[in-house]
Amino acid sequence: MAKVELRNVYKSYGTTEIIHGVSMDIADGEFVVMVGPSGCGKSTLLRMIAGLEEISGGDIAIDGRVVNNLEPKDRDIAMVFQQYALYPHMSVHDNMAYGLKIRGLPKAEIETRVQRAAEILELSKLLGRRPRELSGGQRQRVAMGRAIVREPKVFLFDEPLSNLDAKLRVQMRAELQALHKRLGTTTVFVTHDQVEAMTLAQRMMVMNAGHAEQIGAPLEVYGRPASTFVAGFIGSPPMNLIPGTLAEGGAVLLADAGARVGLPAALPKFDGRKLLLGVRPEHLEPCDEAAALLVPDVDFIELLGSDVLVYGHLGADRKGARVAARLHGSMAASDGHLALRFTPKHMHLFDAETGKRIEIE
Amino acid sequence: MVEHRPLLKFVSHAVLILGAIIVAFPLYVTFVASTLSLEEILTVPMPLLPGNRFFENYAQVLTAGTTTGSHAAVGSMLFNSMVMALVVPLGKISISIISAFAIVYFRFPMRNFFFWMIFVTLMLPVEVRIIPTFKVIADLGLLNTYAGLTLPLIASATATFLFRQFFMTIPDELAEAARMDGAGPMRFFFDVVLPLSKTTMAALFVIQFIYGWNQYLWPLLVTSEESMYTTVIGIKRMIVGSDAANEWNLVMATAVLAMLPPALVVVLMQRWFVKGLVDTEK
Ligand SMILES: Nc1ncnc2c1ncn2[C@@H]1O[C@H](COP(=O)(O)OP(=O)(O)O)[C@@H](O)[C@H]1O
Ligand SMILES: [Mg+2]
Repeated sequence: MAKVELRNVYKSYGTTEIIHGVSMDIADGEFVVMVGPSGCGKSTLLRMIAGLEEISGGDIAIDGRVVNNLEPKDRDIAMVFQQYALYPHMSVHDNMAYGLKIRGLPKAEIETRVQRAAEILELSKLLGRRPRELSGGQRQRVAMGRAIVREPKVFLFDEPLSNLDAKLRVQMRAELQALHKRLGTTTVFVTHDQVEAMTLAQRMMVMNAGHAEQIGAPLEVYGRPASTFVAGFIGSPPMNLIPGTLAEGGAVLLADAGARVGLPAALPKFDGRKLLLGVRPEHLEPCDEAAALLVPDVDFIELLGSDVLVYGHLGADRKGARVAARLHGSMAASDGHLALRFTPKHMHLFDAETGKRIEIE
Repeated sequence: MVEHRPLLKFVSHAVLILGAIIVAFPLYVTFVASTLSLEEILTVPMPLLPGNRFFENYAQVLTAGTTTGSHAAVGSMLFNSMVMALVVPLGKISISIISAFAIVYFRFPMRNFFFWMIFVTLMLPVEVRIIPTFKVIADLGLLNTYAGLTLPLIASATATFLFRQFFMTIPDELAEAARMDGAGPMRFFFDVVLPLSKTTMAALFVIQFIYGWNQYLWPLLVTSEESMYTTVIGIKRMIVGSDAANEWNLVMATAVLAMLPPALVVVLMQRWFVKGLVDTEK
């Protein structure tokens, strides 16, 4: 077990910079998720921690020691790959034992560790099988077993669940959490799936195009997104972002589509500025037209059973911002309009130009 | 295509049977001729049922060769052919698998240049470079030696290319997993790459065994002593002058012997061979 420190880490391929200075301190025993859309550099960052990619700038330290120039095998880490990367010609047992054999551990010790890992992962009956004779979920567990037996300081996971079907994914998520609780090993987990990130992470890093947009606990990131990117990426459907202008000494936001929303506290500094008003779909509730803050034209409705998702547009000619609302129970909103309101404490403000969050005190 | 039309079935079977007969008939005649006496062969028409000289003919060629043509015993020729047919494929496989490994898994200066150098030699089969190769072998004093017989045939662009293509289908993640497990390059080669290449190696072995066994032009040039003849050359040297002067029964017996080992290798390794060409066990 160990802490992992990223200090202003850069990565370039040739002249193209892919990672633009990322810093994060990962505490001993912490479960950290790096989440972001495909191509934002999550894998690259993880592979730099693993030692599979060179570090172009900055430092990575594991357990206080800078590992920039250490081979992967000398970093005392274990990695689980997206495609599992099991040795096809070796049995499950040998797949798990291989790394230990190379390290020259005594046979008896290897056996104990493999048996114990197999027990934890319920692989004991499958030890003699080849990877090709296993299901996707079982292969995934073998890949995890291979990491566990090494008893490394840090586990690295690169989208390990993305090849599993939805049900198995939920199950493996639970198993991963149980495993982390049991072993307490520092873990860095990469995914593009925000649900995975929200459910697994003790802390998460939301990445966008090689930048760390926000680092924080899942509920913190969900509750106070640092930018419109994070607001749009975390949460499903994403947060509604409604363009408008601050007026009346910074006390009122006039949405371009006509709505008028009072701020819980005036922001005189920003009077006259173009802003984006953010409200999560689940914080919108139906109300009388008179009390409504937003009145979108309804485009379509999705019935989820427990909830209803209503999608619409603001503005008379549907040119305004899109609005999505998650409403409870069954909703009769087929007349084309839907009057919605939200409580002021649920509103977020972002700078229209930079996309950065503006705090309302 | 699964169709059940009786006429179609009949026609396709007829075509297949006819094809088999056309291919098999000369082989059958060869075998029959190898069991006859010389007089029986020269009668017109030649009998189409096996004669009673099977053991005599085969014993003679194996130990003493022909009386009118070459006197080299076919037994030693079979041995020479076997050396050639084993050393060439084994040499080829060992050299090309490590070249391919270097080209695929190591980044070294001029890597692509070397690959293309190897690749370009694909266009230069033995026959094209035979004169300079002969000169080199002669200058090295390797005429009439096993080294001279096999060495020039061992370098192989085809095999290197085949292994390269196969290695490129092995996922990068596997190499990375091995690296994380602490395996160095050679360890990765022996523990992962080599076992995964088994079927490819088997397929190559079969093809190259036959290639080595059937070599004609090169052994013809580098062997002048009877003791170094390969079987294929032996057959050529048994045939001298006019039709009637040849002991055709003995020539045919030698031909049958020459056909057996490649056939045996194909039959015994068929399962591996097909697997190596068809599936990739990744
Ligand atoms: N070997 C490479 N050479 C050049 N660019 C690369 C290389 N590997 C990855 N990239 C680029 O780096 C970016 C980040 O890739 P990656 O870390 O795999 O993204 P993610 O895992 O977040 O989907 C991508 O735009 C990709 O095109
Ligand atoms: Mg990735």
